[in-house]
Amino acid sequence: MAGPRAAPVKVAPPPFQQFLDAHRVKVYRFLVAAVGSPDADDCFQETFLAALRAYPRLRDGELLDRWILRIASRKALDHHRRVARDPRPVESLPEVSAPGAEPADRALWEAVGELPPRQRVAVVQRYVLDRSYAEIAQAMGGSEQGARANVHQGMKKLRERIG
Amino acid sequence: MRAKELKRLSAGAEERSARAAAGLADLAWANGLLDIAVGSVGSPVGRLTIAVTRRGLVRVAYDDEAVDEVLDRLGRELSPRILESARETEGWRRELEEFFEGRRTRFDLPVDRRLIRGVQRDVLAATRRVPYGRVATYGEIAVRIGRPRAARAVGRALGANPIPIVIPCHRVIGANGKLIGYAGGIDRKVALLSLEGALPTG
Repeated sequence: MAGPRAAPVKVAPPPFQQFLDAHRVKVYRFLVAAVGSPDADDCFQETFLAALRAYPRLRDGELLDRWILRIASRKALDHHRRVARDPRPVESLPEVSAPGAEPADRALWEAVGELPPRQRVAVVQRYVLDRSYAEIAQAMGGSEQGARANVHQGMKKLRERIG
Repeated sequence: MRAKELKRLSAGAEERSARAAAGLADLAWANGLLDIAVGSVGSPVGRLTIAVTRRGLVRVAYDDEAVDEVLDRLGRELSPRILESARETEGWRRELEEFFEGRRTRFDLPVDRRLIRGVQRDVLAATRRVPYGRVATYGEIAVRIGRPRAARAVGRALGANPIPIVIPCHRVIGANGKLIGYAGGIDRKVALLSLEGALPTG
């Protein structure tokens, strides 16, 4: 019979409310830029419900920040896949931050909205959230090189669009 | 275009994320993903934090305990799936408010006893049978649980009562009628007993 084993060191995650309070603004900033204003709330709730589902099995309290952005990135990409499969009428999807947004912001939203999803998600992580390429690669499940390429190609297109 | 202009895309996220986050608890509860809902009740003995599980009320904390610490402990001992929710704690909030308004003398909603362990189970079960407006001594509770010499153990078990007010440990007093030993402080014990019209004389 096996003898008693030393229990692995476990860092239990904090109460979910604290986790949500600590990460909600960052996740929302990412999602609103990555999927657009009308769908940000849905993606936000899907992200945190998915997190809640996996939360009791989570053990390492230190990686929560990367973990939640990985989920959010997946939800943003899922969202774009869904929209691509089943496009809604254009008029129901005004991708602007708010009614009456500055013309400069309208141009920006339109240009960002035309980026391929992986480029858009990478650009937003890099320049809205100031994440490193290594972090972006981790969040999106690719190489650091791939993250760099997505950001650069995305920025190139944005500059071509709006100068 | 400069890269930092992209930050404008996330304008308003502070406020909008707060709104989206507030709706999360009800959604999570409806989907069976929330184990503990936390609410707050104003009372004459200070603001109370209450925690409700699917089984019932599991914790009442006075405001001299930091809410974060209360939640930390619930997270370790029961589940970290904890969110604030006015809606899921509404029923207990109402019963407690009615109690403090003097319109309720017993609580009807279920209680979750998972934080009550060992000898504390018997002690708190006996304490719950002390009716509104009445008192019992530590020694009497000890007798009622069949351990007549364990008055001190009774005191310790009551001091660690996770659901004060609802499990009325304030109704248990010293042998000579003295209002000794209340985890929430003697002032609160006096206030609760006087609300119930049960202040012993002398």
